[in-house]
Amino acid sequence: MPPAISPDRVRHADQVRLAVDIGGTFTDVVLETPDARYSTKVLTTKAAPEDGVLDGMMRALKLGGIEPGQVGLIVHGTTLATNAIIERKGAKTALVTTKGFRDSIEMAQENRFEQYDIFIEKPEPLAPRTMRFTVPERIDAKGGVRLPLDEAAVEALAETLKAKGVEAIAIGFLHSYANPAHERRTAEILAAKLPGVRISISSEVCPEVREYERFSTTCANAYVQPLMARYLESLQSRARAAGFACPLLLMTSGGGLTTLETAVRFPIRLVESGPAGGVILSTWIADNMGIDRILSFDMGGTTAKICIIDDGKPMASRSFEVDRRYRFMKGSGLPVRIPVIEMVEIGAGGGSLAGVDPMKRITVGPESAGSDPGPACYRLGGTKPAVTDANVVLGRIDPDRFAGGSIKLDASLSRQALDTHVGTPLDLDTTLSAFGVSEVVEENMANAARVHAVERGAELEGRTLIAFGGGAPLHAARLAEKLGIADVLIPASAGVGSAVGFLRAPIAFEVVRSRFVRLSAFDPAAINTMFAEMAREATDVVKLGAGAAPIRISRSADMRYAGQGHEILVDLPDGPFTKDSVAELQKRFDAGYRALFNRVIPALDVEVVGWILKAEAPAPGRAAELPMAAAGESGAPAAVGTRTLFDPMLREFASVPVYARTALKPGQSMQGPAVIAEDETTTIITSGFTATLDPSGAIRLLARKAVLQEAAQ
Amino acid sequence: MNTRSNHPLSRIEYQVMWNRLISVVEEQAQTLVRTAFGTATREAGDLSAGVYDTKGRMLAQAVTGTPGHVNSMAMSTGHVLDKVPITKMNEGDAFIVNDPWQGTGHLNDIVIVTPTFRRGKPVGLFACTLHVVDIGGRGIIGEAKQVYEEGIYLPITKIVDRGEMNEWLIDIIKANVREPIQVIGDIYSEIASNEVGGKRLVAMMDEFGLEHLDDLAKHILDHSREASLEAINRLPHGTYHNSMMVDGINGKPMELKAKLTIGPEGIDVDFAGSAGLVQLGINVPLCYTEAYTSFGVKCIVAPHVPNNAASLATIRVTAPEGCILNAKHPAPVAGRSIIGQMLPDVVFGCLQQAMPGGVPAEGTSCLWNVRLMGGMGRVDADPEMLKGATPYNVTGFHSGGTGARPKLDGLSATAFPSGVRNVPVEITETNAPVLVWSKEYRQDSGGAGEFRGGLGQVMEIETAEDMPFAISTSFDRVVYPPRGRAGGRNGTTGKVETRSGRTLPPKAQSTIPVGDRLIVSMPGGGGYGDPHKRPAKKVADDVARGLVSIEAAREYYGVAVDADGVLDEAETARLRTKAAAE
Repeated sequence: MPPAISPDRVRHADQVRLAVDIGGTFTDVVLETPDARYSTKVLTTKAAPEDGVLDGMMRALKLGGIEPGQVGLIVHGTTLATNAIIERKGAKTALVTTKGFRDSIEMAQENRFEQYDIFIEKPEPLAPRTMRFTVPERIDAKGGVRLPLDEAAVEALAETLKAKGVEAIAIGFLHSYANPAHERRTAEILAAKLPGVRISISSEVCPEVREYERFSTTCANAYVQPLMARYLESLQSRARAAGFACPLLLMTSGGGLTTLETAVRFPIRLVESGPAGGVILSTWIADNMGIDRILSFDMGGTTAKICIIDDGKPMASRSFEVDRRYRFMKGSGLPVRIPVIEMVEIGAGGGSLAGVDPMKRITVGPESAGSDPGPACYRLGGTKPAVTDANVVLGRIDPDRFAGGSIKLDASLSRQALDTHVGTPLDLDTTLSAFGVSEVVEENMANAARVHAVERGAELEGRTLIAFGGGAPLHAARLAEKLGIADVLIPASAGVGSAVGFLRAPIAFEVVRSRFVRLSAFDPAAINTMFAEMAREATDVVKLGAGAAPIRISRSADMRYAGQGHEILVDLPDGPFTKDSVAELQKRFDAGYRALFNRVIPALDVEVVGWILKAEAPAPGRAAELPMAAAGESGAPAAVGTRTLFDPMLREFASVPVYARTALKPGQSMQGPAVIAEDETTTIITSGFTATLDPSGAIRLLARKAVLQEAAQ
Repeated sequence: MNTRSNHPLSRIEYQVMWNRLISVVEEQAQTLVRTAFGTATREAGDLSAGVYDTKGRMLAQAVTGTPGHVNSMAMSTGHVLDKVPITKMNEGDAFIVNDPWQGTGHLNDIVIVTPTFRRGKPVGLFACTLHVVDIGGRGIIGEAKQVYEEGIYLPITKIVDRGEMNEWLIDIIKANVREPIQVIGDIYSEIASNEVGGKRLVAMMDEFGLEHLDDLAKHILDHSREASLEAINRLPHGTYHNSMMVDGINGKPMELKAKLTIGPEGIDVDFAGSAGLVQLGINVPLCYTEAYTSFGVKCIVAPHVPNNAASLATIRVTAPEGCILNAKHPAPVAGRSIIGQMLPDVVFGCLQQAMPGGVPAEGTSCLWNVRLMGGMGRVDADPEMLKGATPYNVTGFHSGGTGARPKLDGLSATAFPSGVRNVPVEITETNAPVLVWSKEYRQDSGGAGEFRGGLGQVMEIETAEDMPFAISTSFDRVVYPPRGRAGGRNGTTGKVETRSGRTLPPKAQSTIPVGDRLIVSMPGGGGYGDPHKRPAKKVADDVARGLVSIEAAREYYGVAVDADGVLDEAETARLRTKAAAE
């Protein structure tokens, strides 16, 4: 395969760019030219997703009057890897592991993720026991060889694997993060004997201590690799045949772009790229507007995702679970250790179903009506009330204009479903039932955000909420009220936010090493050597996509008090370490620990468990800027109609003005309660907020209190 | 405020506030998890957190990994209020207690109780508890014959006075534990987590304009009581008996006997007739007996009702004084979990009669924690030989199989009723000079049944530094296996031995010499239902996976299958018909 990208071509990728986001239902395409942005949605073509992608790209080009040859760069994100795991449609995957450890990936953490439910089932590993094989070998915690690799056993195993028709192989040996020699040798032997079978080794995919998480990640990588390789290579050749001559970069879950080659090696890093795109967009908008503390809020049909962003940096982590099967609960999915943007995801979306539990409490989600049958008002046979039904009853959604009028909703079915499943058991009228459902779903999201903030030692108060995704603008104002947030932004084209975000992402690659180092025994030379090697590895990958663009290196470490169970992520200073660096490391650890836990523990040794290095080149092409129109207007725009809306603060219905988003001019402001309608979604301004159209095209809601304070100053 | 509870809108508001209160205790617990030091707390979730009204009634409790704290912690706030009335408490005070009979069952669990004030008035209390890494004394299953030998004993005492830390007390604790920095750090975490809870509670009361929690408490407690009783009253009223043998000590088995009565006002469980006290710290204070008994009842009868004073009050537990399940001071109790964790199985045996088909078979139940030690004073060897040995003491949390469930197989190598997570082998080997050569499922250990018991596991361990090492065992189900249910077969008992063929005792400390290996084989859970009703295809699949041997498939399941899982259908039909005829 020729290199996916020739570096000198990327340099010119500053004119016309395409972003493609494949989701479960729709494939979103955004075309950006120096003067304009066009977007389109096509149905995702599951059997051959590249069909939908090509179709969507051609449509977007047509909107802009652009030829394929004029496109300088394609940026792509996809949920294909995630779906392959959720639907268990990946490759026939074998795990080759250390003798005696055949069951590590199935024993997992030996616990139950739900304490009181004795009927839970634990997630089935991607390599079942019949596909797990062991070979004699053993490396110890310091990387020493306790038992040499039995190469003859590996040779013999190759025959078994061939006979079993294995399509992908994951190799995971104990302590391979400390010494990868046995894994590499095993891969060599198997590769020679099994040409065409893709092999993932744990010391490359996830060189981190903790065997279960490392093996699970490696298996997941192997499991999706053949499929992703096939798809990406086919997409590339189809695009070339259609006349696209430009490079294709892939969006990763960590929020950076990577090359096709790297994506084929580590396809597991592509999971969750869609949500990452949304967060990148929030980050970029905040940067442009000079806002440094953000809560990003994305709400779709099934789930809501919330992310904390500080000083232009979304919270990062290397801990993620694919396919949480039990109420989106921690521990009910398969862990993958990859760089991810840290988000909390809860089962709260427009399709989430409402009911009443034995304590006579209204419950919402995580069960979802999905899009078929969908909420009761869709008229597709759903009889249970969903969040969307509550929004219809409360006047938040206009049944005649849903999705730009393409789907006619039946409000009487919403009322009926709410009466049957909420109103009757609780003796509430329809309106209060609907209000109860909306309050509960908003409270659930608020509580998830609060607990997440505590886990990460962050405060929510004083943040700006950036809301996107079809459901978020409906609930953003009320969520903000509950969280004590006074400032809400609803960016333009919130509906294709992820794809737009792809265009703002840097080209980045992160590498990690597990190596236990106590600060009391810090050896600067050894760490410098290790980081130099990591920097080489990461920049080699980034260069493929960034060409001669300047590459920035940033480093961080997972640190903890010696013996503690959880590590905290600490940014490391630039430049080589010396003997004196210990004091600086201690200082940074103390600061981080204090920020999280309000105190430090004196006289306890600190150790580094993991070392992380990220190489990053700025987003390809010309530095995009938020288009700023002059805020010439002031005062209120003309309403296009009125609607009867239930206000949560006033606790009653009011006839409120409806404004058309497309007709708003920068600077115009509107008092809540009011509604701003657009094709993709509706923004609800509660009585506590005043809305203004920002020069960037975003709707900005400011809490009345905050507005008054500003005026007084 | 009185009209508030009647207005329909307020009903929605109460519900929102109830959800908020649960979120507040989750935040409180999260703060603790993130900051704690003890392995048990941070790796295994051995902690709990809750909020109380000023009368000491628990309104909400965080869902954490330890049934042992279910209502023992709920009661400890009441004990604190009995000693110090709320009117005598000041803003910024916090109280400490580890009295096993007023806390959560052994000295290692330290409870902190903090009153919360709003505008100078007490509005509620927060309590939390966690397991500290060391409390002095002679170890979890040690030589202690009385609680005096088990470590430092803290009656209810003020640890923070109006924001001022009681440094005198801190010094006393520091001087009496082996890991003072970690233990004091844990106490600070607890104080901080209660403060976080208090802050959130005040914010919530501000937001909803609440002057006190009385009406909200009434709403929560009334609805919880109703929901609990409704679930209980769906079961046939009556009295049900069960008895279960456990290994006990020194070759003397113990009987655990329960009488469970379901009535209109709830469930009463009495343990009269159970074995008496022993001179080893496996005796159980009543508060801990209550905790595991309530957990066992709740997860079968009303798993969805949150824990609070009202839902817990529908399950009442008694045991005669002097019985192992109601040990009184000064009995040794440090290892009370070994027997306590058996109680859900005892309760299940009673409930099975009230709700056939609703209860799992017996499982391993007590944890099989592998506690390894090295170095001077820890290993039985010539001190001359131990020169240069690394001193260490590490615990890996590990588990056998759980009982098969009606309609589902048991879970292999999974903790139940405890909710702890394991410690990865790579972490254990990083922390101590040991080599784990094997950690795999134990074939045929799961009891045969239409639904198979979960498998145990086998761990094989050797020293990594040419020095002898020791294991401190606290295991049960070595003599008496987990029993099958509804025709399912028993699970396999566990054993501890060396590769050289020496059998080691299940509740003692043993040394493994250089060159030998320790082999710990953990029990499998009991099976559920007639093994011959298990579809042959599933048995064949178990054989292909190596979970069941070819021989066991034939002998217990009546299935003829080869190592690749290929069925001999004719032979299987013959075996099964023959068995049915017998």
